[in-house]
Amino acid sequence: MTLAPEKSEVEVPEGHVKLVIDGFEVVAPKGELLIRTAERLGIVVPRFCDHPLLEPAGACRQCLVEVEMGGRPMPKPQASCTMTVADGMVVKTQLTSPVADKAQQGVMELLLINHPLDCPICDKGGECPLQNQALKHGRSDSRFHEHKRTFPKPLPISTQVLLDRERCVLCQRCTRFSAQIAGDPFIELLERGSQQQIGVAEGKPFQSYFSGNTIQICPVGALTSAAYRFRARPFDLISTPSVCEHCSSGCAERTDWRRGKVQRKLAGDDPEVNEEWICDKGRFAFRYATAGDRFTRPLVRDAESGELRETSWTEALQVAATGLAAARDAKGVGVLTGGRLTVEDAYAYAKFARVALKTNDVDFRARAHSAEELEFLTSTVLGTTPDNGGVTFTAIEAAPAVLCVAFEPEEEAPIVFLRLRKAARKKTKVFHLGQYTSPAVEKTFGTLLACVPGGEPAALNALEEHAADVTEALRGSGSVILVGERAAEVPGLFSAVARLAASTGAKVAWIPRRAGERGALEVGAVPNLLPGGRLVSDAAARSEVENAWGLVAGTLPTRAGRDTNGILVAAASGALDALVVAGVDPFDLPDPGLAQRALEFAGFVVSLELRPSAATAHADVVLPIAPAVEKSGSYLNWEGRRRDFGTTLEGTGALPDCRVLDTLAVEMDADLFTQTPAAAAADLDRLGSNVAEASAPTVSAPLLVQPTAGQAVLATWRRMLDNGSLQDEEPNLAGTARPVVAKVSAATAVHLGLDLGADITVSTERGSVTLPVEVADLPDGVVWLPGNSGPVTVRRNLVAGHGSLVAVAVSDGPSAEKSASDRGGNA
Amino acid sequence: MVDSLTPVLTKRWLSPRSWTIKTYEQLEGYTALRKALGAHPDQIIQQCKDSGLRGRGGAGFPTGMKWGFIPQGDGKPHYLVINADEGEPGTCKDIPLMMADPHSLIEGIIITSYAIRANFAAIYVRGEALHCIRRLDGAVKEAYAAGYLGKDILGSGFDLDVVVHAGAGAYICGEETALLDSLEGKRGQPRLKPPFPATAGLYASPTVVNNVETIASVPFIVNGGSDWFRTMGRERSPGPKIYSLSGHVTRPGQYEAPMGTTLRELLELAGGMKDGIPLKFWTPGGSSTPLFTADHLDVPLDFEGAAEAGSMLGTTALQIFNETVSVPWAVMKWTEFYKHESCGKCTPCREGTYWLVQILQRMVAGNGTASDIDTLLDVCDNILGRSFCALGDGAVSPITSGIKYFKDEFLALCDKNSAVLAGAH
Ligand SMILES: Cc1cc2nc3c(=O)[nH]c(=O)nc-3n(C[C@H](O)[C@H](O)[C@H](O)COP(=O)(O)O)c2cc1C
Ligand code: SF4
Ligand code: FES
Repeated sequence: MTLAPEKSEVEVPEGHVKLVIDGFEVVAPKGELLIRTAERLGIVVPRFCDHPLLEPAGACRQCLVEVEMGGRPMPKPQASCTMTVADGMVVKTQLTSPVADKAQQGVMELLLINHPLDCPICDKGGECPLQNQALKHGRSDSRFHEHKRTFPKPLPISTQVLLDRERCVLCQRCTRFSAQIAGDPFIELLERGSQQQIGVAEGKPFQSYFSGNTIQICPVGALTSAAYRFRARPFDLISTPSVCEHCSSGCAERTDWRRGKVQRKLAGDDPEVNEEWICDKGRFAFRYATAGDRFTRPLVRDAESGELRETSWTEALQVAATGLAAARDAKGVGVLTGGRLTVEDAYAYAKFARVALKTNDVDFRARAHSAEELEFLTSTVLGTTPDNGGVTFTAIEAAPAVLCVAFEPEEEAPIVFLRLRKAARKKTKVFHLGQYTSPAVEKTFGTLLACVPGGEPAALNALEEHAADVTEALRGSGSVILVGERAAEVPGLFSAVARLAASTGAKVAWIPRRAGERGALEVGAVPNLLPGGRLVSDAAARSEVENAWGLVAGTLPTRAGRDTNGILVAAASGALDALVVAGVDPFDLPDPGLAQRALEFAGFVVSLELRPSAATAHADVVLPIAPAVEKSGSYLNWEGRRRDFGTTLEGTGALPDCRVLDTLAVEMDADLFTQTPAAAAADLDRLGSNVAEASAPTVSAPLLVQPTAGQAVLATWRRMLDNGSLQDEEPNLAGTARPVVAKVSAATAVHLGLDLGADITVSTERGSVTLPVEVADLPDGVVWLPGNSGPVTVRRNLVAGHGSLVAVAVSDGPSAEKSASDRGGNA
Repeated sequence: MVDSLTPVLTKRWLSPRSWTIKTYEQLEGYTALRKALGAHPDQIIQQCKDSGLRGRGGAGFPTGMKWGFIPQGDGKPHYLVINADEGEPGTCKDIPLMMADPHSLIEGIIITSYAIRANFAAIYVRGEALHCIRRLDGAVKEAYAAGYLGKDILGSGFDLDVVVHAGAGAYICGEETALLDSLEGKRGQPRLKPPFPATAGLYASPTVVNNVETIASVPFIVNGGSDWFRTMGRERSPGPKIYSLSGHVTRPGQYEAPMGTTLRELLELAGGMKDGIPLKFWTPGGSSTPLFTADHLDVPLDFEGAAEAGSMLGTTALQIFNETVSVPWAVMKWTEFYKHESCGKCTPCREGTYWLVQILQRMVAGNGTASDIDTLLDVCDNILGRSFCALGDGAVSPITSGIKYFKDEFLALCDKNSAVLAGAH
């Protein structure tokens, strides 16, 4: 914004225009909406339908101003939210134009005639644009003496969004959000005239992962959250900026709480990351932290009864320290950290492993993983940040082409999906190397490159030959390849991605599913890396770390440690004596049986956990730790961007992992200097980074096993809303999960003799699941299952994964919800 | 002067089976098309500009200029859409025209499409006009069979397909951008402008939307020339026009007359006021145009004449009321129509009509107060020029003009109520 000093000649840069608003000369970029230009001058024009991230609608008419063009006043007041600036324009807002002021007062009065005026019982009261603007631009009394329009209420739009049509001002923000941003037109305008209303879209199931945003942007109290409604008044809440703990997008959030209890979460505004949106998991899934079964005190296993009993921190830490020290001095201890830690906590584990346990047997990957993946992460992902040319949300938006490889953006990183869709709505060409035209493929206007699970590397290698348009597009400057967690289940795929990136010049980003994975990689919670991207195998790097940590030279173990799988195999076979486990669920791992055996056979198990998990049953010591809201710290999102957050709920007494480990280390005569997240961050900072150079993996893909009669290749990935334990205690959210169905191609359905509406049984030697089946454009001979939804928990029921061979048959009985009651896996 | 009138647009209406291609061809039908196809499209546009033809759908926008806005050589498909929604209360010219002489519209469509370089045209007909839709369908089929539609029309190399589309019966779908949305299968609500249909209309491609009568005038211009066209009507509003007379007249119906004809002259054609009961008020161009009274009998009914007298030419739908009719009652009825037909998109029109109806109904029921008149006028002021499209403007016309000329009648309704009694503060 440029404010003109009086009577001076203002420079108008290329692509800009000069106009006058309320007497102030202002230079504005061409195409800017008047309402924004005015805002930059500090002049706020009242509005309802206007939203900076939605296309203009001009529906509410609240923002009318007077406009003069070329010395001629326009005959009618103009909507400042739809009119763009022009050179020489003279604009008068309500501040200087009685006409604009009257027009605004008139619209406000009309908006209120049918409004129930029930502010005292409305969730929005106190933060309501209608309430605020009515006070500022409305009449103090009403001239309306007739009958108000009424509607039955509330109208459930879904299990989590409830609509009060009487409060609605029909601004269409919700419907435009759904159509434009999310691409899920689940909510629509119905009827016309004074009967026009918002309603559930006909024939479109409410399965939007983004519906909560409509509640937040509704400028009145018409859309309310089933979980929050009538629970608090905005002015009684304390708002703390926070960062979402669920996926690797790292959304800015605002957590509103009262009397030690979180009441709701809202999207924070971060143009670089989540803009003003968050997904429904990020918004609604926070009650897991107050579940009744949460650990509040440490537990130790009673030697006599064999049961866990509550105890003091002193005893628990002593028992843990003694057990771990003994194991360390014998065959050793493995550390499994899980993918949800903050950078500071993950650093504490990485340091604890090296300093207190003297091992590199540490791995954050509580999911399918491979050595090839670690090579790829080390060579291609490690150390990339927005500051050094790494792929970012904004780079995705600007990319001429994006190729998603083994990555389901909507399910795995919903905000990446929103950016992809935004980009695709402009000009970005989106390709998906996957198995079928998922909703995300459609909503990103994407091109599906379908292959049999396991066939992804071959597909990428043959891209030039079979889909030259894709490689051509990827050669465009700024093009991006996004690779997801599933790639670790496909041997040769990371190598193929690296090769494709090298040959096309496209940049690569790895988008894991969990918030803590990228941070854990950077701080060395992996067997081959020390904090700051240093290779364990690099003597100079080791001595840097030894120096910084005040260790005697040569103390750090010199060989790369075992990965998760290696740790489990070792523990199960007696090659490791103890395990330190943090939020790891065996049912997330490719072989839950192995994990369970490992926990069972490990001589000593220390579990740092919020709530009981499968590890609890085998733990000798359980140390309760703080959930994200009760601690401070930071996540590193997939971009490598640091997302710091402070403590929302102070003084609950819950301790962050880094603090627990610090004290535990002291008991073991080691100093971590991670008493607090801030201390841990400072320690990490002092160490700095020194990112290793490494070469990309060159694993070749094995030959694919061909399914025989009655067999199919399994395609599977997890959905955003599923059995994940961080979604516990939120039934309204669960009500909007996608239906649990298997998918096969039409030809495969015929081949199997599947009738419409029949159930399918998918089985392996280890178990089976039976569920309804739908036809999708999968390759023939492939069956798709959701990874961990309802009764279908692929790891637990089938001990299978993406690319496994499974038996498929028409079910003889009704779909048995075999394990509907037990939940597997973390989200 | 009325007797000097030779019908143009309606000249075939009384011929036997006037709607068939046979009759049409016998009466010069499709001769203009042959002529047009021999000319350069730009020449047709120029001729239309020269003729001074202005849109007959209500707003009177110069037709040739509208065609000229279509970007040429842009590589995009162009479309012609015929607005046959005829929703304005009192308007009854397009449907009779399409019933009696559908081929004149089709011929106009082909010439216009050729001029703007469109290969697809749609006729959006009000859904309730089933008989008319059938007749148009039949005519389109005949035209295809005769080689006037389809590929390589009359060997000119020009292709055109025409589709007759039945609307779902909403007044707003006559507004051109709502019509386009409706035609695309969406909810019929007006679009934000710009972009205008000429740059992004049907399926975001350059589109001309014209009224039935506008396009049916085109073959006559091509055959008769622009100078001939200008011999009718007035300088800035040339040409013939179909006036629809309804209400308390002896012979209601469609009367073709040159632009600028007055109600006094039209009444003469229609046999005068019914039963000799004197005229009280009338609409010059449908209910969206401010009312006139007996004082306006000599206002020349063209775009300028109506505007100078404080109203609009609209669709030349003359609804004529004699002295037996209560103005507040008529105004209430019209307002009920607008409330029913408001699309709901914008606040002033949606909420304003909802409010106005209730005030008027209360007043007509005898429960009004003088202050209600102020409220009515102020609410109208808050709608006029504040709504998203012109529907809101039209909705307040009967009220403001009704009160302007007949305030006493509104006041009389309030006689027995002091402000304290009803609708009280
Ligand atoms: C509420 C509303 C209803 C309208 N209804 C019609 C209609 O039924 N028929 C019509 O030709 N034009 C109607 N119009 C005018 C059209 O928007 C448009 O101006 C016209 O079709 C253009 O054609 P013309 O240039 O040939 O007149 C309506 C406009 C408004 C605002
Ligand atoms: S429900 Fe809210 S966001 Fe949707 S149209 Fe109504 S007021 Fe606007
Ligand atoms: S804010 Fe401009 S019309 Fe709604």
